[in-house]
Amino acid sequence: MPSTRRQFLGFTVTAGTIPIVTIHPLEATPAMLSTAIRNVVGEAQLRSGKVRLDIPPLVENGNTVPMTVSVASPMTATDYVKSIHVFNEKNPQPNIGNFHLGPWAGRAQVATRIRLADSQKVVAIARLSDDSFWQVAADVVVTLAACTEEVN
Amino acid sequence: MASALINVPARAKRGDVVEIRTLTSHIMETGFRRTAAGDLVPRDIITSFTCRYNGTEIFRADLFPAIAANPYLSFFTVARESGKFEFEWIGDNGFVSTASASITVE
Repeated sequence: MPSTRRQFLGFTVTAGTIPIVTIHPLEATPAMLSTAIRNVVGEAQLRSGKVRLDIPPLVENGNTVPMTVSVASPMTATDYVKSIHVFNEKNPQPNIGNFHLGPWAGRAQVATRIRLADSQKVVAIARLSDDSFWQVAADVVVTLAACTEEVN
Repeated sequence: MASALINVPARAKRGDVVEIRTLTSHIMETGFRRTAAGDLVPRDIITSFTCRYNGTEIFRADLFPAIAANPYLSFFTVARESGKFEFEWIGDNGFVSTASASITVE
């Protein structure tokens, strides 16, 4: 880390949109989240829209959180959703699930139940047939965390 | 072996979009939890789920520890012909579980 105030301010400016957060060792960090997203998206542009993420904004039990991802797509042979990827910000691992579908699905929607170890952001990304990527994020407040508690 | 619950409509009109829901019993141990003694509990999860419709793969999922115990999945397909859906769950420690369901398309 640069030492003088001027250098430090210069550093944060070049760092641009990277948020400054406290880092806990057992959590995925926003850096891990963006790395996991880059592993899927590559260098392609990630646009907002088309994707809808239905998840409760406040959950009591992070051990099982219902989640539905749907994508606005006609699901025709030439315009369809190839895959849906879901990520989290603060679980020990940034991935939640990858779901592969195709034009035969008729409707681009998947639902499952997930674990959330902390109040955090959940990100859903869809890859369309033209290899464009679309994302949406949702914030979830969790009162009882999952994943890392002690086994009784 | 593990038991699974499958929900597929028994009948559909050709071209209908039908929802497929599956639930299988599995602990989905994350590998991040510790016992009171401080030992890490080894990971034991389902890593992959596949659905085939008359032999053709129509849906596949890669699962991670962030999927809740007893994984539930819901997805859709166009009912194009009568036949069989086959489901397969694959996981750690050689876990394999299969199930199937039939559909009549009119």
